[in-house]
Amino acid sequence: MIRFSEVYKRYPNQHEALSGLSFELDKGEMAFLTGHSGAGKSTLLKLIALIERSSHGQVWVNNQNLTRLPKWKVPYYRRKIGLVFQDHNLLHDRTVFDNVALPLIIAGENHREIGRRVRAALDKVGLLNKERSLPIALSGGEQQRVGIARAVVNRPPVLLADEPTGNLDPDLSREIMHLFEQFNQVGVTVFVASHDLELINRMGHRHITLHQGRLA
Amino acid sequence: MLKLNLHSYFTRHIQVMLYSLGQLWRTPAATAMTVLVIGIALALPAGLYVLLKNVEQVSSQWDDASQISLFLQHKTPDVRGKQLAEQLLTWPDINAVYYQSAKDSLAEFRQLSGLDALLDTLPSNPLPPVIVIQPKLAPSENEALQSLVERLQNMQEVELAKLDMEWLQRLRTINETGERGISILAILLSLSVLLVIGNTIRLAILNRQTEIRVIKLVGGTNAFVRRPFLYTGFWYGLLGGAIAWLTLLLTLLFINGPVNRLAALYDSHFTLNWLSGQMFIALPLFGLLLGVLGAWLAVGRHLNDIEPT
Repeated sequence: MIRFSEVYKRYPNQHEALSGLSFELDKGEMAFLTGHSGAGKSTLLKLIALIERSSHGQVWVNNQNLTRLPKWKVPYYRRKIGLVFQDHNLLHDRTVFDNVALPLIIAGENHREIGRRVRAALDKVGLLNKERSLPIALSGGEQQRVGIARAVVNRPPVLLADEPTGNLDPDLSREIMHLFEQFNQVGVTVFVASHDLELINRMGHRHITLHQGRLA
Repeated sequence: MLKLNLHSYFTRHIQVMLYSLGQLWRTPAATAMTVLVIGIALALPAGLYVLLKNVEQVSSQWDDASQISLFLQHKTPDVRGKQLAEQLLTWPDINAVYYQSAKDSLAEFRQLSGLDALLDTLPSNPLPPVIVIQPKLAPSENEALQSLVERLQNMQEVELAKLDMEWLQRLRTINETGERGISILAILLSLSVLLVIGNTIRLAILNRQTEIRVIKLVGGTNAFVRRPFLYTGFWYGLLGGAIAWLTLLLTLLFINGPVNRLAALYDSHFTLNWLSGQMFIALPLFGLLLGVLGAWLAVGRHLNDIEPT
């Protein structure tokens, strides 16, 4: 599902974040991406989400060569990738419902379908009763679950998360990780960057560990 | 399927259109100020244009008023004068002639001036006989007119041939100058409207950077991001144009009374040409175009700078 082949990423300030990285993730697999801060975890996820492009080497996602994807196709590609961030990236001037509905509105879904799918996603993360709230009125864990609902609302085959539990206490972290496992069980390829080794060691799944831009 | 897509496409557009209007409505003071600036900037050249059109209308009434007055020698007898007039009528570039004897001239002057008593004291009639000529030439055919005047002047019985239309030419030249001045003013003010809208949209974009980043992260195309800003520009332009039209209408209402009185004093049937019907369509439409264009330029410049990181 995700394949890196000799991928290098050098930033304009000459910092080399990834150096000749190769690995593969199967369809429907769940894996953790670990490593110290600055090991290149975020860069790797950004390459998959096409927020950054590789300097060298090739990235394949869903049999699509991202290196060759023209800029105008990027939005349509991103609709097939669910993204979860450490700081949620929610819009604070609109309700939980509207936040989760955003990817569907962008995709041009009709009104009824949007309502149905948003409620299904909110139900899955256990926030159906909060659809009219503003994000600011929610706890950190709840905000992260809104972020997850938004990431899965248009049923992407790939779900990426960058330190999704970075700001949460252990109990909430476990809850969130468990949520990711549930999506994985219905066939979504899940790739989670985290340095919470204690938690992810207990969960099993494959670990991909980075050290200075290479596989450790 | 296509029908459904089209339907939801238009629904989406109307939603975004109303959404942008709602956004403007939520900040009434800022919106009112921007719209007023646009309105005034559009009303000024439009007002001058209306003024110019009215002046042109007045001067066009005098288009066939170019006439040549032929003052004959004092001693020319009436018979000779009339003969001359008939002779002139056969000239190809003369349309009509009217002979006015010295006696008639005096009578007319007496009637118009009211100087009866004074005129009675004069030993003899000081006025010459006159032939008033209406040329076939338009006032714009300046050279031909001048040559006609010259030929008339050279006739034996003619004391003075006077083409009385220099002031008309001057007015026309002033009009032309005014027209160009207004064109330049209109271009400059349109440009300033463009900049005002562009700048307002730029600020709106900067205010919503986070939102734009998030939209791009979840797969929003540039067109999707651009749309609400274009509609914001659309509303600014449309409302500004409507304000301009309203300003113009009120101004014309305000000056209509005095203008009509002035026209009455000059014994003229002139009435103010409001052009309000044309303006009602042209001003908002023009404003709308400027609005969308200004927004487009601003969004085009700034949209690519805002990418998720």
